[in-house]
Amino acid sequence: MKQALLSICAAALGLTMAGQASAAGTLETVKARGKLVCGVSLATPGFAAPDDKGRMQGFDADICRSIAAAVFGDGDKVEFVPTNINTRFQALQSGEIDVLSRQTTHTFSRDASLGLDFGPTVFYDGQGLMVAKSLGVASAKELTEAAICTLPGTTTAQNISDFFRAINGKFELVVFESPDENRAAFYSGRCEAITSDRSDLASIRAVANNPDDYVVLPETISKEPLAPAFRQNDSNWGDIVSWSVWLLMAAEEKGITQANVDEMLKSEDPDVQRMLGATEELGKMLGLDNNWGHSIIKSVGNYGEVFERNVGEGTRLGLTRGPNALWNAGGLIYSPPIR
Amino acid sequence: MAFLHDMRFRAYFYQVVAIGVVILVGWTMFSTASGNLAKQNIATGFDFLSRPAGFVITEAAIAFEATDTVGRAILVGIANTVKVSLLAAIFGTLLGLAVGIARMSRNPLLARLALVYVELLRNVPLLLYLFLWYSLIILILPPVRQALNLLPGVYLSNSGLVVPAALVESGGSALLACLLGGAVAAFAIRRVSMRKRVATGRSNHGGLIATAAFVLPALLLWLAGGVGISWDFPTAGKFRLTGGLHVRPEFVALLFGLALSVSANVAEIVRAGIQAVNKGQWEAAAALGLARGKTMRLVVLPQALRIIIPPLTNTYLTVFKNSSLAIAIGYPDLVMVSNTVMNQTGQAIETIAIFMGVYLALSIAISLLMNWYNAHVALKER
Repeated sequence: MKQALLSICAAALGLTMAGQASAAGTLETVKARGKLVCGVSLATPGFAAPDDKGRMQGFDADICRSIAAAVFGDGDKVEFVPTNINTRFQALQSGEIDVLSRQTTHTFSRDASLGLDFGPTVFYDGQGLMVAKSLGVASAKELTEAAICTLPGTTTAQNISDFFRAINGKFELVVFESPDENRAAFYSGRCEAITSDRSDLASIRAVANNPDDYVVLPETISKEPLAPAFRQNDSNWGDIVSWSVWLLMAAEEKGITQANVDEMLKSEDPDVQRMLGATEELGKMLGLDNNWGHSIIKSVGNYGEVFERNVGEGTRLGLTRGPNALWNAGGLIYSPPIR
Repeated sequence: MAFLHDMRFRAYFYQVVAIGVVILVGWTMFSTASGNLAKQNIATGFDFLSRPAGFVITEAAIAFEATDTVGRAILVGIANTVKVSLLAAIFGTLLGLAVGIARMSRNPLLARLALVYVELLRNVPLLLYLFLWYSLIILILPPVRQALNLLPGVYLSNSGLVVPAALVESGGSALLACLLGGAVAAFAIRRVSMRKRVATGRSNHGGLIATAAFVLPALLLWLAGGVGISWDFPTAGKFRLTGGLHVRPEFVALLFGLALSVSANVAEIVRAGIQAVNKGQWEAAAALGLARGKTMRLVVLPQALRIIIPPLTNTYLTVFKNSSLAIAIGYPDLVMVSNTVMNQTGQAIETIAIFMGVYLALSIAISLLMNWYNAHVALKER
């Protein structure tokens, strides 16, 4: 709590000084500083958490690296700032961070009222419910009268309230600030069900004593498109963030990987040539080096590689691609043409 | 320019300057912040309070539905905070009084036990105790489907205690009137009998009569069938017990943790207060033939009370502010509700301002009340 208050004080102070920060474009500020300052989660394995060597690992962290690679040609020129769920937007508004890449759902009211804009969706998530298998429940609709544990995070409490209002059912909501208490209450049977984004449920299940005792119910009760956010009214910076993300997706589509990116420079495919800066000068149009695309793939790989490395089936989270597969593989990941 | 050397003028002058600087700095920060917020198209203001909240609060001291406004949600948070702090202060004070007196006991075992109790509670952060109590409740008690059936209609599980709820169906206002009237009568009878006793020196049965005056009217009304009470018994639902009165583990763990922490502080305050009463008072009471228990109750404690009140104010302020630790174990107090509101509206600065304002106002109210009581019991020197 004290930490939250401190960060709010810091945000308030930051706001009083934000005038200067937003006067110059974000790209110039970032270049002059020599590194990108990227807001990420406190510690969410799979999305942003330091590994045993202290290097920030995760899906969101790699999005930050791809932007840094586009700007500096080096994906490691990033300073990761762990942001609190309550003050993440203030950190962005005040200029404390350049980009917010923190499992943040793109919603209308955030876009319209918080002085920020969202880039392309990097992860299609949705809120789900998990129960113990022994409960014998097959659908979330059977959970009326149950107690449901959750974190106060984002819109989770509202979504679950809306869901039960729609089916005219009552339930008991138990809200925890600490993820550990939330999990402990669920494992102990204080709550019949736990609700969160499906990616988060996967990590809660992964750390249970016996993951096979729990099952995620089929319903997805909300749409949670997670997207990076940046300050409003800086369209050049917005383009850089968006196209860095889209380049990751386009690279997967074209089969460009971290391993073969150097060979791909010699590719005959005009799309690949443009993306990697072998022909034309697309990077210059964004105010970047012409080899920006090459740098991005060189530092983090393509979208599929980022996904599999951090949250995919080989990891503890064990998520399948689902809606996050490429559009031509039945998913929603679609990049506008890079030309 | 002689006034420049006037000590009183200087004292006032510096104070005025200091206040002026504080106001100026505060105003500058406020106006720049709101200017910048407006420039960045960030919504400001308190309009969000009248929007529908859209989330449920299960543990609510006042009725709340998801369709109610955000403002009412915050009000529920305030009510929950006040409820748990008030109960913790009452239980903690009673328990602390007993432990404080036990600390002074001539029985070494009792005195040492009280000492251990106080030191254990005072020297570990309250937050850790809250985690401990909550974990004990949810890990030791069985899940709700295997709830212990203590008495008919009384169930205990890690989802809390469920007891039958009494619903007053008719004659509610008559019952309330009887209880209120009884309380007033009891108070008056006790005052008169005390005065008579001081004047005559003879004991009368004022306490007994006062109790009767409080209880009898309501009891008679009930026996005469003037009040219709129906009992709402808990029944086993699909997952948990429905109906009845639920006492949830989050509330119990918080109340328990806060009350124990209050009791340890109160025990030390009471011990200090008792020790501060002059030894001669004990000896004088013994010379009059008063037993030790009576000496404590009639001679020492009333004098110790004057010393106890000011530090007690501090303890009450602390418990009120410490109730915000509720957030760790899932009790929807003011801070928890505000956090949910912040997450939904994104208006963190306004929401923080509200809950800081509420804490400040209620803390000042507690201080004023305690100061008034202190002035009331203080030694009046004429």
